[in-house]
Amino acid sequence: MNSISRRKFLKIGGATIITATALSGAAKTVVKGAEKLNKQKIKGIQKIPTFCDICFWKCGAIAYLKDGELWKIEGNPLDPLSKGRLCPRGTGGIGAYNDPDRLKSPLIRKSIRGEEKWVEVTWDEALAYIADKMQKIKKDYGPEAMALFSHGIGGNFIKHTIKAYGSQNISAPSFAQCRGPRDVGFKLTFGEDIGSPEKTDIKNAKCIVLIGSHLGENMHNSQVQEFTEAVGNGASIIVADPRFSVAAGKAKYYLPVKPGSDIALLLAWMNVIVMEGLYDKEFVAKYGFGFEQFAAEITACTPEWAYAETGVDVKVIRESAREMARYKPATLIHPGRHTTWYGDDAQRSRAIALLNALMGNWGRPGGFFYPQSMDVPSYPYPEYPHSEKEKVDNPGKKYPFALETLTTGIREATITGKPYPIKGWMVYATNLLHALPNEMETIEAIKNLDLMVVIDVIPSEIAGWADVVLPESIYLERHDDLNVEWWREPFIALRQPVIDSPNEQKPNWWIAKKLAEKLGLGSYFPWNNIEEYFTYRLSKAGCSYDELKKNGIIPGAKQPIYFDEGVPAEFPTPSGKVEFYSLQLQQLGFDPVPKYKRPPEGPAGYFRLLFGRAPVHSFSRTHSNTLLKQMMDENEVWINADIARKYGLTDGQSVKLKNQDGIVSNKIKVKTTERIRTDCVYMVHGFGHNSKGLKSAFLKGASDAQLITKYTMDPIMGGTGMNVNFVTFLTEA
Amino acid sequence: MARFAMVIDTKKCVGCMDCVVACKTENQTPEGLNRDWIAYESIGKLPDIQMEIRSERCNHCDNPPCVDCCPCGASHVHELGGVVLVYQNKCSGCKACIAACPYNARFINPEGYADKCTFCIHRVETGLLPACVSVCPAHCMYFGDLENPESEVSRLLLSRKYHSLLPEAGTKPQIFYLV
Repeated sequence: MNSISRRKFLKIGGATIITATALSGAAKTVVKGAEKLNKQKIKGIQKIPTFCDICFWKCGAIAYLKDGELWKIEGNPLDPLSKGRLCPRGTGGIGAYNDPDRLKSPLIRKSIRGEEKWVEVTWDEALAYIADKMQKIKKDYGPEAMALFSHGIGGNFIKHTIKAYGSQNISAPSFAQCRGPRDVGFKLTFGEDIGSPEKTDIKNAKCIVLIGSHLGENMHNSQVQEFTEAVGNGASIIVADPRFSVAAGKAKYYLPVKPGSDIALLLAWMNVIVMEGLYDKEFVAKYGFGFEQFAAEITACTPEWAYAETGVDVKVIRESAREMARYKPATLIHPGRHTTWYGDDAQRSRAIALLNALMGNWGRPGGFFYPQSMDVPSYPYPEYPHSEKEKVDNPGKKYPFALETLTTGIREATITGKPYPIKGWMVYATNLLHALPNEMETIEAIKNLDLMVVIDVIPSEIAGWADVVLPESIYLERHDDLNVEWWREPFIALRQPVIDSPNEQKPNWWIAKKLAEKLGLGSYFPWNNIEEYFTYRLSKAGCSYDELKKNGIIPGAKQPIYFDEGVPAEFPTPSGKVEFYSLQLQQLGFDPVPKYKRPPEGPAGYFRLLFGRAPVHSFSRTHSNTLLKQMMDENEVWINADIARKYGLTDGQSVKLKNQDGIVSNKIKVKTTERIRTDCVYMVHGFGHNSKGLKSAFLKGASDAQLITKYTMDPIMGGTGMNVNFVTFLTEA
Repeated sequence: MARFAMVIDTKKCVGCMDCVVACKTENQTPEGLNRDWIAYESIGKLPDIQMEIRSERCNHCDNPPCVDCCPCGASHVHELGGVVLVYQNKCSGCKACIAACPYNARFINPEGYADKCTFCIHRVETGLLPACVSVCPAHCMYFGDLENPESEVSRLLLSRKYHSLLPEAGTKPQIFYLV
């Protein structure tokens, strides 16, 4: 089995469908139905390996059936991501099967959009309706007028259908609303992004710096396993966060940084490290570009200067900087993941990249490793139709360093019709009303559509606005694309059904194939069944599908992942070096070295709204899961105890939050705590559902998304900074 | 004779509740009722806060007040490892044990008996770890025999500082928290 180097294939996510020459003589065969296991209720215990989908981490799991009924799910010990231990969401995966609010049948709306009134239809009727509208859109506006929003590996086949139809306007909130700034900041500096799963060598780090990143609450399994392993090994932890996070409880240095001043803190840390000569001089001399100019730019950014901006004690800034230098190169400044905060996020991420560069940790243990993957050839499909039009999301490259398609760019084009109209949305497994800022803009865009389709497992808020809702099987009931993972050791993982869908739900591959056939694009799905597709790809890779079915995982040969092991030290930037000074930013009018600009404050009596994750939930997708809702069925608003006293608020009291634009939230319980600064409040993202179909989560807690009416665009890469909203408290019922 | 105990490293625990979910699926506990839970304890004001996160459950005490007070002989000490268990068919649901337990570790199962952590004795007797320990992604939970000086739990208690909950209650709890 071959491995290919990451730099040959810089692609996030799992196996990507790439066009190739058509398979000759591809037969078009009607698929009678999605896979049915027809499992008899076999007595005793059955164990079936698969991989999880409660978040996108794709941990290997083993599902247990007891007397033919789902019992429990454990980690697959063969899986390099979970190493046999799932996170609480994965362990709670059974609760997605039992979720009483699941979508059960295809639905077509019977009143105006957003009223959530439906007629149950057959799959044939639903797909015929969609195909008919899509053909009309293609005829009237061209195929590019159809956009797809898709999150997770499950969407690979519907992406293929949309590309075959002729549109490349395919996007996910995971870029412009999440990790985009980080990936751009690192790519501008090292020439490579961070990837997912992140190539952070946490377990070997001797010093770990978290900036707003709340590992442990943010439950990306391998990251948390490695973080606690490092803590157990005595790693020195430094946490900068306006909130005393779980990770802060493990920290030697905790810095309660003023929200929005992170760049000032980063510049001051680098100032100390450069001025005191504590950086990895050999690494910088060998691989650095523009270090002298960089050093000159940050001379004034002393800890004393930063104190006024960040509120962090001068001595603590200085000592924590020295602490980082003490453990270099095994000091990891974590790049974070959800990084769309203030609109200067690519520059903040670049500052984080530069601080890492000063540690000389790239390609070295305790810093960043080079993930490896197995060479599993793509399925040979016909070439996608060529489009004369550029993607719609970023006309004129307004955001010059956008690495991926911008969700909000597609939304804007849908509203304005510029650079060309978008008339159809297909939304797969992403609740855009909770993921994108300013939900009114999303609704305004939807109102301009001729077709709005949602494919999901639960009736999310965005599903409520659809013309057609297609119910997908949950991960325990379906196959998805192979996960050909990039990780410390390469491997292939299989998602396979362990139990039948209880109602009319179907897997994405089936939906995508049937829709393609209805669109006259059946030649793009030359295989009859997804197992034929697996067998083809695996046989080309010299692997056995039977082995994969049995074990869930096929491990690849271990490859070098550090410079010392033989990975070539190459940096695919314009200079071929680590860019301390970025000429490509400078040429486009951006700061070549990150500069700190104080973010605007909110009105008097308002508090900055911060949001984050809980370990038992994923986005807004798990609140009706029968197990996970028992762990946490609503969110709370964290308010500093002194502020709570001043406003007469008591712990557990219900309040509503009103933002700077007069938007009022649903009721939310107050958590009075010493664990947050006085100038901000915090809540876990994704609660406060108002979709009528989500009966078990309806109006429980408040929605941060509803309060995020304002957002600040990152001019470098088009990310939407969302920590720019402010709220006050309404105590009246 | 074995003496089963649990050692939990609070330095590593992130309070993710995987132990709670795993117990629920393993033992099929009723909706809304759990045999284990997460406790947070924090003192101080920003930035000087000390916080401890603990996964808590029945302490399987060496001196269990729930057994002493049980009028039905339902609460008992299991023959293996000193594990405190309840004979469901003997339990009248009188709640004396619930009142006696200083750790609030018991609840009445809707089927009428006192319910609580069993140290997953059904797993332990087949050579497996308790469900909570086996899933913990933080690897912060350890289970074993304190009578065996070579066991991981024995060695951890020799090499690390630890505390237990409400030692002053005189119950001799067998869950130890590393600090």
